[in-house]
Amino acid sequence: MSAATVFGLCGAALVGLGLYGLVVHSEPLRKILAFNLLGGGVFLLFGVIARRGAAAGLGGDPVPQALIITGIVVAFSATALAVALVLRLFQETGRATLRSDAPVGARVTDTDS
Amino acid sequence: MPPTLAPDGAATANGFLLVLAIVLPVAGVLLSFALAGRHAERIALVLMPAGLGVAVAIFTGVWRAGRPLLYIMGGWDPPLGLALRADGLSAAMLLTTAVVICAAGLFARAEFRAPRPGQPEARAPFVFWGFLLAVWAALNAVFLGNDLFNLYVALEILTFGAVPLVCLDGRAETLAAALRYLLFALLGSVLYLLGTALLYGAYGTLDIVLLSGRVRADAATLVAAALMTVGLLAKTALFPLHLWLPPAHAGAPAAASAVLSALVVKGSFFLIVRLWFDVMPGLLSQMAAQVLAALGAAAILFGSVLALRQARLKLLIAYSTVAQIGYLFLMFPLAAGGGSAAFGSVGAWTGGMLQAISHAFAKAAMFMAAGLITRALGHDRIAGLAGIGRTLPMTVFAFGLGGLSLMGVPPSGGFVAKWLLLTAAIDRGQWWWALVIVAGGMFTGGYVFRVLAPALTGPNDPLTLCAPVERHREALVLALALLSVLLGLLPLASFGILQIGRLNIPTGVLR
Repeated sequence: MSAATVFGLCGAALVGLGLYGLVVHSEPLRKILAFNLLGGGVFLLFGVIARRGAAAGLGGDPVPQALIITGIVVAFSATALAVALVLRLFQETGRATLRSDAPVGARVTDTDS
Repeated sequence: MPPTLAPDGAATANGFLLVLAIVLPVAGVLLSFALAGRHAERIALVLMPAGLGVAVAIFTGVWRAGRPLLYIMGGWDPPLGLALRADGLSAAMLLTTAVVICAAGLFARAEFRAPRPGQPEARAPFVFWGFLLAVWAALNAVFLGNDLFNLYVALEILTFGAVPLVCLDGRAETLAAALRYLLFALLGSVLYLLGTALLYGAYGTLDIVLLSGRVRADAATLVAAALMTVGLLAKTALFPLHLWLPPAHAGAPAAASAVLSALVVKGSFFLIVRLWFDVMPGLLSQMAAQVLAALGAAAILFGSVLALRQARLKLLIAYSTVAQIGYLFLMFPLAAGGGSAAFGSVGAWTGGMLQAISHAFAKAAMFMAAGLITRALGHDRIAGLAGIGRTLPMTVFAFGLGGLSLMGVPPSGGFVAKWLLLTAAIDRGQWWWALVIVAGGMFTGGYVFRVLAPALTGPNDPLTLCAPVERHREALVLALALLSVLLGLLPLASFGILQIGRLNIPTGVLR
């Protein structure tokens, strides 16, 4: 089994774990972590493709590596935005869940500082 | 026939317009940050006519030349470099976007006025104007992008621009709506990225024009296409991935709701169309297309029934968006695989895209009308609308006109769109979609009537309003509603511009 296959399988496993977490968990923070796991799997896949040299049959294709860097920046900003929203939601309601059975909007005063 | 590197020829002379379309709004965002929020409104208002002018120039450029505009960035040809490309469809979407954004900006001036000198700087105006421009830049990048990874970045900027618009007022409900929207959008974009990785691994390029000549129906391509489609469906809010849309679109301020509902969901829909009709036209099997359309039909019925049951005006309009998005997906089985039934193909494709454009104008008008009504009454309960038709006749008339276009009553853009889809469904022998279109139209009539009936009855005495409603904002809403109607009066042949530069044009003409 070549290194590319091993890494490819690792990427696939990460994607599967992340997707599972994203679907199963209801807490936003867990969903955000799962999204990062899933993103990591995709970046690993890009790395494998770069190593295989998809474009011109070269040893190491630089294009996917450039794509990974951009992708990491995007995933980082997405995570930051999501965490900021979760924090703000916690400050407003005292909870950080999206569960619909507990009506959101009951403002808990003691979390305001 | 193997496509050449750039089948439309080298970069066109006015290709720099495509760069301007993206750079102008981005420059506005950066300037707003640099000069602080006090100037955000002025910057946006200066850039809007400029951006509209660029969109008009691109539209007329494509129309006159009869072929797409192309710009090769840095002179590096794909696959090494990147290209921007505006075909007829991009040009039409660019123009629609520019008109709706300008209308939303003019409409929002009353609510997001920049603080006067001496007053403390406020957060909401700064965020609104900055992110309105960011959404515009991202949409233009989505419409012009010719590289699947570039399109991923554009989609992400679109999401990051749209999410803060949802929670501008900072209430807990809208924060939760924004977070739910963001989580759905992130799942969508990461699935899209995974598909992109697989396509790059299989073909070594992400350029749309190059890919369209290389795709084969192998396992990797099909998996990639499925992943990308599901990801984009989550962003487009097609049933059953629509759960995030109603609270997000109903909770945003009126001008932001108009942009979100009219344009932002169309960005990802546009990419689905690009993917299936430009990148891999041969791969859309009738089976897959039927599944997409079945989801669309479910969205029409489910969204309409839920719209009928809403007690709040803005939620009703948001559920109507869920239903109208469903119509967009009816085009897939009717337009797929040209071949023998070429007319059905062109007609259904045009109908689907016309539905996207006329819905943009109609829904923007309806959300803005709802915003004015909410402002005047201080609430948006449908049961409490009595007498508003007498007090704000222009606004209620505009709402009604938008509703007519959504229903598909002639003459309106919605009518032409639904008529094209209907005739294509009958031509292709897929009568079940025709039933869905007709039933959806009746449901739409039902929920529009639910709003108009109380609005047009009520006491003769004028209502006492919570806040005055400016005349020019009413006129703006009416102008948007009229645009959605006027689309239906254009001669059918003029929609031929949508076909310019399609990579796999089926033979056949509109009749």
